[in-house]
Amino acid sequence: MAGLLTVHDPRGYPPVVAGKRLAQRLESLNGKTVYLVDCLFDNSAVFMAQMREWFAQNLPQVKLKDIQPRESWVDDPDMRAKVAADGDAAILGVGL
Amino acid sequence: MGLALALENAGVPTVAIHTHVFARLAKSVAMANGMPTARQAYVPQPLVDKSAGDLRAYIEGVDPVSKRPFMQEIIEGLTSALSSADIKGLGFERSTPRLLPADSEDNLHRMFMENNWTDFLPIVLPTEERVEAMLKGTSQPRNKIVGRLRPTDFREDWEFDVEKVAVNAVMAGAKPEYLPVILAMASSGLTARSSSTTSFAAFGVVNGPIRNEIGMNSGIGAMGPYNHANMTIGRAWNLLSQNLQGGSTPGETYMGTLGNYFAISGCFAENEERSPWEPLHMRYGFKREESAVTVFRGGRYMQAGYGPRDDWEDKMRRSFAACEARQSPLIVMDPIVARLYEEKGFNKQKLIEWCAENARLPAKEYWNEMWVQTLIHPKAVAGVEPYASYLKAAPGEMLKLFSPGEIHIVVTGGETQGAWRIFEGVRMKDCTVSIDKWR
Repeated sequence: MAGLLTVHDPRGYPPVVAGKRLAQRLESLNGKTVYLVDCLFDNSAVFMAQMREWFAQNLPQVKLKDIQPRESWVDDPDMRAKVAADGDAAILGVGL
Repeated sequence: MGLALALENAGVPTVAIHTHVFARLAKSVAMANGMPTARQAYVPQPLVDKSAGDLRAYIEGVDPVSKRPFMQEIIEGLTSALSSADIKGLGFERSTPRLLPADSEDNLHRMFMENNWTDFLPIVLPTEERVEAMLKGTSQPRNKIVGRLRPTDFREDWEFDVEKVAVNAVMAGAKPEYLPVILAMASSGLTARSSSTTSFAAFGVVNGPIRNEIGMNSGIGAMGPYNHANMTIGRAWNLLSQNLQGGSTPGETYMGTLGNYFAISGCFAENEERSPWEPLHMRYGFKREESAVTVFRGGRYMQAGYGPRDDWEDKMRRSFAACEARQSPLIVMDPIVARLYEEKGFNKQKLIEWCAENARLPAKEYWNEMWVQTLIHPKAVAGVEPYASYLKAAPGEMLKLFSPGEIHIVVTGGETQGAWRIFEGVRMKDCTVSIDKWR
């Protein structure tokens, strides 16, 4: 076809994505241990402290534990292992 | 986000909280990790400088993305039964074709722009003929894997080969003889298009014979925009970074709030012939007759000065105090400045050590910087030195900002002025890369 150009695709090669299931959900938070994970972004500690207060006032039967990763943005396998071993659920905030 | 997905993998029901501007990004990261239904909850942006009362109002308010009560999102995210989609996740293969369907020149230009494959400046379309010509710039096979890049740590790596780098080099307007430099930068593992909200960019410093072989400019206007090689090499690195890593699309794979002009093109050469000092690449084990490129992350702050004048020490101290405490400096100076320092008895290493000794900030100001709080404070609490000692410092104690190993000096410019600048320029680990191996 005159006047038409064939050009290369400029994008790289993406990895294959394997589907992963979510963890089984809890029937209720009553009596369960929930880790509040402070992701170390600016002011997230204050936010998580407010979250703790909210639970204390509204769902006092939930056991809360505070924890922080070793560094922001860096995976912390030790912390993950601790949450998995001792916790029933986790709330992470605030930030990616 | 990556941590939340890892916890789900470990069997822990998890909800990750973000501010609402990250909604598209969080969704795409979850998708790319095979867990598109991972539970997310959102609060309004920003959190910074908000009081405890403000943040409590976020918690008691409405999720700005789902429009449902925020705490309902949290509690249901941990307790609602899983759907079949939650249990299966979503696996998929994405492919990018080698060639695009034939089309008119105008349509292809429009398509490249609409897909965010350009920097919104005109590009050269990567026809088969142009890419073949570009590949003559290297002896490496077209299908040799050059490296992997991603916009940020919590995203997936995309892979690319020599041909894909050549495609982006063509788009940038580069010549085949520049390709070894571009391949070296691509192989560094440092993306020039990070998605960081802080908008850092990246730039490269070229050393060795290839500077002159391909006509790079290290004289008047060395840092641009007065040379074809300098400009198109830097542009190629930026284009290939965005395209080979899976994108640099605002709101999804790019979150830099201000953006950065270094992300258009950042590459220059050291003026080795006029410098009294050893070139940069020799600090990292290369010989003078070898060619290498050192890539730096940064470009957010810049200080400028002239001299060294009589008060140069005060001026440098003030300049360093204005730098971001966690982001080390690259000092770029005209050969006139370097020779004047030499006359004052400073070689490059001695000047670097002077800078490390004198770049200081009062402890109170140091610990008040946002990224020091976010990234350094946890290390200090964990006992990592020198930060643990810094934490014990009195508010007025002057803390050193950078070690000598973090400070770099490059000599370039055309000797029309004794000018120097201090750029944010963080050399990433192993990021002085051989160009010769890509010839």
